[in-house]
Amino acid sequence: MLKKTLVLALAIIMVLSLVVGCSKDVAETTEPQSGQPAEVAKEPVTIKFMQYTASGSQEETLKAMIDKFMELNEDIKVEYEVLAWADYYTKLNAAIAGNAAPDVFEVGYENFATYAAKDVIKDMNSAIANDGEFKENVFKKLAYDAFKYNGKQYGLPEGYSAVVLFYNKDLFDKNSVAYPNESWTWKEELEAAQKLTDEKNGIWGTYAPFQFWEFYKTIAQNGGSIWSSDNKSVTINSQANIDALQWMIDKSLKYGVSPKLNDDTFSQPDADLNAFKDGKLAMLRTGIWNFGRFADADFEWDIALEPGNTQKAHHFFADALVVSKDTKKEEAAWRFMKFMTSDPYAVSLRIEKGWSVPAIADEKVMASYYELDKPASRKVVNETLDSLVLPPVGPIPERWNEITGAVGEELEKAKLGRITAKEALENAAKRLQGLIK
Amino acid sequence: MVGDKKGKKLLVIGAFLLPSLLSMALFNLLPILISAVVSLTDWDMLGKPKFVGLLNYINVFTEEKSYIAIFNIFKFLIGYIPLVLGLGLLFATLLNRNIKGAKVFRGMFFIPVITSWVAVSIIWKWLLNGNTGIINYVLSLVGVQGPVWLSDFFWAMPAIIMASVWKDVGFVTIILLSGLADISNDYYEAAKIDGANTINQFFKITLPLLTPTIYFILVISLINCFQLFDQVMVMTGGGPAGSTSTMVEQIFKNAFKNYRMGFAAAQSWILFSIIFIITLVMNKLQKRWVNYEDK
Repeated sequence: MLKKTLVLALAIIMVLSLVVGCSKDVAETTEPQSGQPAEVAKEPVTIKFMQYTASGSQEETLKAMIDKFMELNEDIKVEYEVLAWADYYTKLNAAIAGNAAPDVFEVGYENFATYAAKDVIKDMNSAIANDGEFKENVFKKLAYDAFKYNGKQYGLPEGYSAVVLFYNKDLFDKNSVAYPNESWTWKEELEAAQKLTDEKNGIWGTYAPFQFWEFYKTIAQNGGSIWSSDNKSVTINSQANIDALQWMIDKSLKYGVSPKLNDDTFSQPDADLNAFKDGKLAMLRTGIWNFGRFADADFEWDIALEPGNTQKAHHFFADALVVSKDTKKEEAAWRFMKFMTSDPYAVSLRIEKGWSVPAIADEKVMASYYELDKPASRKVVNETLDSLVLPPVGPIPERWNEITGAVGEELEKAKLGRITAKEALENAAKRLQGLIK
Repeated sequence: MVGDKKGKKLLVIGAFLLPSLLSMALFNLLPILISAVVSLTDWDMLGKPKFVGLLNYINVFTEEKSYIAIFNIFKFLIGYIPLVLGLGLLFATLLNRNIKGAKVFRGMFFIPVITSWVAVSIIWKWLLNGNTGIINYVLSLVGVQGPVWLSDFFWAMPAIIMASVWKDVGFVTIILLSGLADISNDYYEAAKIDGANTINQFFKITLPLLTPTIYFILVISLINCFQLFDQVMVMTGGGPAGSTSTMVEQIFKNAFKNYRMGFAAAQSWILFSIIFIITLVMNKLQKRWVNYEDK
């Protein structure tokens, strides 16, 4: 009898534990009313924060910023999660779909429009209006306005990044080749690369990744584009673009100044960065977020504007913090994003650690960025803004992932020599037309 | 009175089963039903699902990539199944003898089976690296210039077949071994008396009596072939240029990279139907070649 009761009791406990387990998260912390001053004794508000740009090398910097924020705002607690770029949007979208969106999260410019269009982020106009101290002109206008959608401000820009030409000064000196300068075009780059390539010792003259992002910038350097200027039609299969793609292929195939296109080592993540740091690449097109990575290289290096063909073109990547539509902690979220993007502490730390360029208008603050010693030509970063190309979201920003996927697949076929550059772009054009229908 | 006792017993059984039944309903049955509903909608996870009827299913059939995926599965299957079965048979017959250390060898053959696919794939990626991999180094010793396996349009799939056979052959061997153990020694003794040699014994006794086991392995392997994913995702990501793209790999990409949830759900259901039909057909065909001992 006792045994039976025990069994029943156990069974009931098991069932109950399931039910209780499911309903644990119902309790919500309430936010202090904005009218009355927040009492210190009150439970702090917890905001959830998700981001990706710190992943890899800036986790410590991010932690320092958040710690400082919580020190200054004792009524707010920040729980944060850093994800690798490759997994970030998958996880974020799953969280949003499951009604578990973080209160504050990071978005890149190319993905921002998707979130605004789908109405999953909050427009901050009322927060801006309620905040007497906030002035939008602390931000660079270009970066601030990039996160407007339908005239409403959704995000605050954290900073921007560019891709420039990194070069190994020692290799240039050794081969008595003049350093790259802003007047260089692809022609000068090729001539220098031919002198610098030393295939026997595995040293390549120039390297750029072969993928969609590199492609849309390279075609811009040849005067081409993926969409027509009114964003209505597809222009990816223009002759200028075919020539540009051919140039990307020929650097390796015809001129032999870049590693083989099916080289296994160079297809690994960060292989190009490691090769540059090992002195195996004379010129490399890569992002300014790698300054820190090369700081302790045992050779002299510097940066220059990228050589173009008919014109200059440089990547412009901007990231912003946005607030989830469903958040109940808007006021805390607003204070947090303001701190992370424009507080002098966060801004100077971002500069000091070489994370990205803060989107701050104050030239005095920015001066400290240019004063840092390595690389010597830091000013170049500012000059890239004169010829920036935005991610080509075209008429379908909400289908950005499909654009990059479709074009990327065709580029890979051309890279492997399965089809010609012309065929690849004709196919890509067809697929893009299918997407905008 | 008896009925009451029985009812109580059922209640207790039910109470114990309830947690696992509930979790099965919650984590298996419910998602399966939801995926059927999602497959009829256009849903990107962010917005609201929009009902589109059978459009996703039609689109799966009109997309060229779906056929490439099926083609790639057959490429895989043609290499994988004969190899894994042939090698499995070889190892099983070898391990079935009473040689010293047979148990140790059985254990060794099974180690790859219990190793995680991700770890195995990463190791094979190193082995297969075109410039620095051991496989190409060994090939170069005998004067062969190895291909850039995983970045080569043709060689990527054979490379994945190699890794898959290496990992799965232990499983097949163990199953075949248990099949071999079931064959009564009387047959072999009778055959010996009749003067049959080893080769004849293998083809006239061992192989026919192993057919139920082989049938089981074929069904399991075919299902696994159609669900080919882990090794592809880690080793090539479906590339180069789609030459190792498979159905599950496309489902994953469409769902979590392109956010075409409805389309991916439709693909899943089509994959399920394909596997279901193939298993049915195999089941029908088995009467023609599978020998059950007691019949």
